[in-house]
Amino acid sequence: MIKFFLMVNKQGQTRLSKYYEHVDINKRTLLETEVIKSCLSRSNEQCSFIEYKDFKLIYRQYAALFIVVGVNDTENEMAIYEFIHNFVEVLDEYFSRVSELDVSFSTTVLHSTRHRVKPEAEPIDELPKTCSAGEPQEACCLTDDSFRGSVSTPIC
Amino acid sequence: MPAVSKGDGMRGLAVFISDIRNCKSKEAEIKRINKELANIRSKFKGDKALDGYSKKKYVCKLLFIFLLGHDIDFGHMEAVNLLSSNKYTEKQIGYLFISVLVNSNSELIRLINNAIKNDLASRNPTFMCLALHCIANVGSREMGEAFAADIPRILVAGDSMDSVKQSAALCLLRLYKASPDLVPMGEWTARVVHLLNDQHMGVVTAAVSLITCLCKKNPDDFKTCISLAVSRLSRIVSSASTDLQDYTYYFVPAPWLSVKLLRLLQCYPPPEDAAVKGRLVECLETVLNKAQEPPKSKKVQHSNAKNAILFETISLIIHYDSEPNLLVRACNQLGQFLQHRETNLRYLALESMCTLASSEFSHEAVKTHIDTVINALKTERDVSVRQRAADLLYAMCDRSNAKQIVSEMLRYLETADYAIREEIVLKVAILAEKYAVDYSWYVDTILNLIRIAGDYVSEEVWYRVLQIVTNRDDVQGYAAKTVFEALQAPACHENMVKVGGYILGEFGNLIAGDPRSSPPVQFSLLHSKFHLCSVATRALLLSTYIKFINLFPETKATIQGVLRAGSQLRNADVELQQRAVEYLTLSSVASTDVLATVLEEMPPFPERESSILAKLKRKKGPGAGSALDDGRRDASSNDINGGVEPTPSTVSTPSPSADLLGLRAAPPPAAPPAPASAGNLLVDVFDGPAAQPSLGATPEEAFLSELEPPAPESPMALLADPAPAADPGPEDIGPPIPEADELLNKFVCKNNGVLFENQLLQIGVKSEFRQNLGRMYLFYGNKTSVQFQNFSPTVVHPGDLQTQLAVQTKRVAAQVDGGAQVQQVLNIECLRDFLTPPLLSVRFRYGGAPQSLTLKLPVTINKFFQPTEMAAQDFFQRWKQLSLPQQEAQKIFKANHPMDAEVTKAKLLGFGSALLDNVDPNPENFVGAGIIQTKALQVGCLLRLEPNAQAQMYRLTLRTSKEPVSRHLCELLAQQF
Repeated sequence: MIKFFLMVNKQGQTRLSKYYEHVDINKRTLLETEVIKSCLSRSNEQCSFIEYKDFKLIYRQYAALFIVVGVNDTENEMAIYEFIHNFVEVLDEYFSRVSELDVSFSTTVLHSTRHRVKPEAEPIDELPKTCSAGEPQEACCLTDDSFRGSVSTPIC
Repeated sequence: MPAVSKGDGMRGLAVFISDIRNCKSKEAEIKRINKELANIRSKFKGDKALDGYSKKKYVCKLLFIFLLGHDIDFGHMEAVNLLSSNKYTEKQIGYLFISVLVNSNSELIRLINNAIKNDLASRNPTFMCLALHCIANVGSREMGEAFAADIPRILVAGDSMDSVKQSAALCLLRLYKASPDLVPMGEWTARVVHLLNDQHMGVVTAAVSLITCLCKKNPDDFKTCISLAVSRLSRIVSSASTDLQDYTYYFVPAPWLSVKLLRLLQCYPPPEDAAVKGRLVECLETVLNKAQEPPKSKKVQHSNAKNAILFETISLIIHYDSEPNLLVRACNQLGQFLQHRETNLRYLALESMCTLASSEFSHEAVKTHIDTVINALKTERDVSVRQRAADLLYAMCDRSNAKQIVSEMLRYLETADYAIREEIVLKVAILAEKYAVDYSWYVDTILNLIRIAGDYVSEEVWYRVLQIVTNRDDVQGYAAKTVFEALQAPACHENMVKVGGYILGEFGNLIAGDPRSSPPVQFSLLHSKFHLCSVATRALLLSTYIKFINLFPETKATIQGVLRAGSQLRNADVELQQRAVEYLTLSSVASTDVLATVLEEMPPFPERESSILAKLKRKKGPGAGSALDDGRRDASSNDINGGVEPTPSTVSTPSPSADLLGLRAAPPPAAPPAPASAGNLLVDVFDGPAAQPSLGATPEEAFLSELEPPAPESPMALLADPAPAADPGPEDIGPPIPEADELLNKFVCKNNGVLFENQLLQIGVKSEFRQNLGRMYLFYGNKTSVQFQNFSPTVVHPGDLQTQLAVQTKRVAAQVDGGAQVQQVLNIECLRDFLTPPLLSVRFRYGGAPQSLTLKLPVTINKFFQPTEMAAQDFFQRWKQLSLPQQEAQKIFKANHPMDAEVTKAKLLGFGSALLDNVDPNPENFVGAGIIQTKALQVGCLLRLEPNAQAQMYRLTLRTSKEPVSRHLCELLAQQF
């Protein structure tokens, strides 16, 4: 089962975070810092799975952006690993060459994309339009922090 | 696909955001925000009705301000208004605002729920999806209560659009996870299962997720999903790479759905129906075959997706553990991955193989890969992969390859990462012990372990080696020789000194014949390490020295000199000082005979489950259990390799270190055994055998306790005054054992039976109650062949129970012979209603060791129930009379036992109430009445139990004239079903 979904850049700024189980806001920050630290310290030769506390982190790096998914031990690592790529491909298609800037400027799109991609590689033909295309970078981090305990559509 | 429309026409919003972005300081930003807030407020308050567009724009701004970290205390109403808009963008913003800023303002929630209800009923799929997403996002209990009934209907309705069904399934899943009781499946079950047949793959995927979660709770209700899942899986697996169009990912048909289906099947045992099973096996074979085919695409995504399915297939095969052919094929497939150039695959292959190794069918096949795995351990660059390799080596180890694996792991230990060293040490220690053919190899291995990674050798490991050496006399001489040699290294680890000190103290005489290891040489070798060691080790060495005086009288003068030295006699550490003083006196006062008795060789330790194993299990969590529980493969080796004897679980062990050592065969004494903290470790080492019945087994402890003034009830008093533990005051009884409540529960509805049993003692109960009086017979059976001494069971009234319940006890004989039984009679009078049962504290000495045990006496308030028959009319009249809220206690709970009407009836009668027939209109329900008799007052009591067989739930309602009684009875009775 997926516990959380994070997009963090190399500087450790969270671009997107989504928790599927309740985690306190201050614990989230701590968790995100630790998670990105353990991802950054790894080299290409190392595998993409990290055992972290009582769950597993599965991560992929796209340029300066890390996508990290935390799962419990019943999840299929390979499927999640490839799911991350699928997600990025969908974003890529939507934004035509997605970059970190797109990610930070269009939170809403991301959230709805994430909902829709999760179940299966689904075409996203009716994506809702972005609400505020001009949302600045900080907004993104805040967006997710402010989802106080509320969680989006579950996936698995 | 729509293009990103910049700003969506909301220019005002874009301007506002860029203003904020351009603010030079925090103050400027706040100022700008306040200005905007004032503007929005005036717009919202203004007389002119706002159109949807402006509302949307302002709500967006508010949302943005909120996201910047400012509180928003208005605008909710406008957002709710947006929900009822017909324009998608406006509705969406409304829902976004609600999802982010929802609060439990009741007024608002009602409006929101109304809007959601309208959207759900709108038949517009986009709107329905928005509403469903909002419910899932908020996921609160209120939302659940409002919509839990609607969503299953939408989910299974024939005319729902695919995307709506999909959202409905996920939404239901979310609600179910948040509050399972709100989602009554029952009637929908079959139709939800049939969603697996849906045309639309997205719907199937969402449904699989939902079913996987639901079936964990009620596996039987969803059993039909097996055959549907198998046929769906088989259709996907056998489809051509392009059949599924959108759901084909790099030429792999529906990889994630396949994985989910395979996971769903893992919730169940192999299908019983032969046809279904055949089809499934065919699927699994196809997946394995496909792995061998040349890839359809060179892209890594193709092989990743394919491998995801493959790994899930393998875990299903392992889960079934019944198809030897498939298991071996899976193993070979993983074997190929072990040498794959992708690190991820090597990691996953090692991980899966680890579980494969515990299956008897594939264990041999896994073993063939030993060289590859050892190579991985040596050359792998990623520590997590190396760790998996070490795990796998541990799992595949058996007697045939133990020596090779242990030596490889030892070699790896020298370079291993610090993070995993302790685990490797534990594993080596366990393997060495478990598969030791000759114990000299075992001793060598453990000493090597201490030499290589002394810091990571935990106490359990070296305790264990001492236990084994003490218990096996064929290895003692060898052990003494080896530790002696090991200690000669110029720098040796403190753990080595501990092991060396203990072994030489016990068995040094076995090598004293050799002039190279004569007693003075042994002593000076040990003493050369003395000053470098910690207090605990020095304390241990002092004990070794006094043992040397006994073993080798010629060293007496030297050792007395050492003990007499100021650094010992006036040591700042109280434990060391005390030992020095006591040992010095002992050596000069006691005659040789006394000395020889006191310092006799340690008796063998009782065989128990290895404490190291327990530690490893704790370290790895429950997940490691499967790899460790390979007792079945190894059943033959139990006799030599120390024990899988079950541990006595009935007694709590207060001292954690004693537990780690795993020596105690009997309950610990009531008084804490270790007087000084630094001495803990030693006391624990010496503590163990004291529980044995042989007297004189514990020279150290007995001796110490005699001289120790601060321990009034000294635990192992050999020479101590035999009187003290005779009649303990009620104050100093221990807390009830953890199972006390459970044991008590068994007696709520019955009066006779076995109250408690452990390896030593059995306590039986027979009781009868009339009105407010009762008589109870307790039978204490000694299960051992040794007499119990100072046997004294006492009844204690905690709190103010004394004023509520009077219990008279008769004394029983202080001695209970082995195999004999004594009886104790208790006269009980209930003075007034009470909540907590009295405690029964049993103390005795078994083989010199004091035992104590505290139980709850099975006397509960319902024992004083007088059944009362009454007619339906009377019942209802009284029921109505007791209608104050505090007079009623109600509990809704899940059935823990099968719901059998006859059993329930018997339990209710046993509980004490009369059962009234033809009172409740529903014949399924039980109604009872009775009066609780106490000396001071009588409490009338009415009860009603409503079973719901479908939901496996009960509702229990009790009404009595006294509030605490209602609640207490309700709690007591609820635990019985």
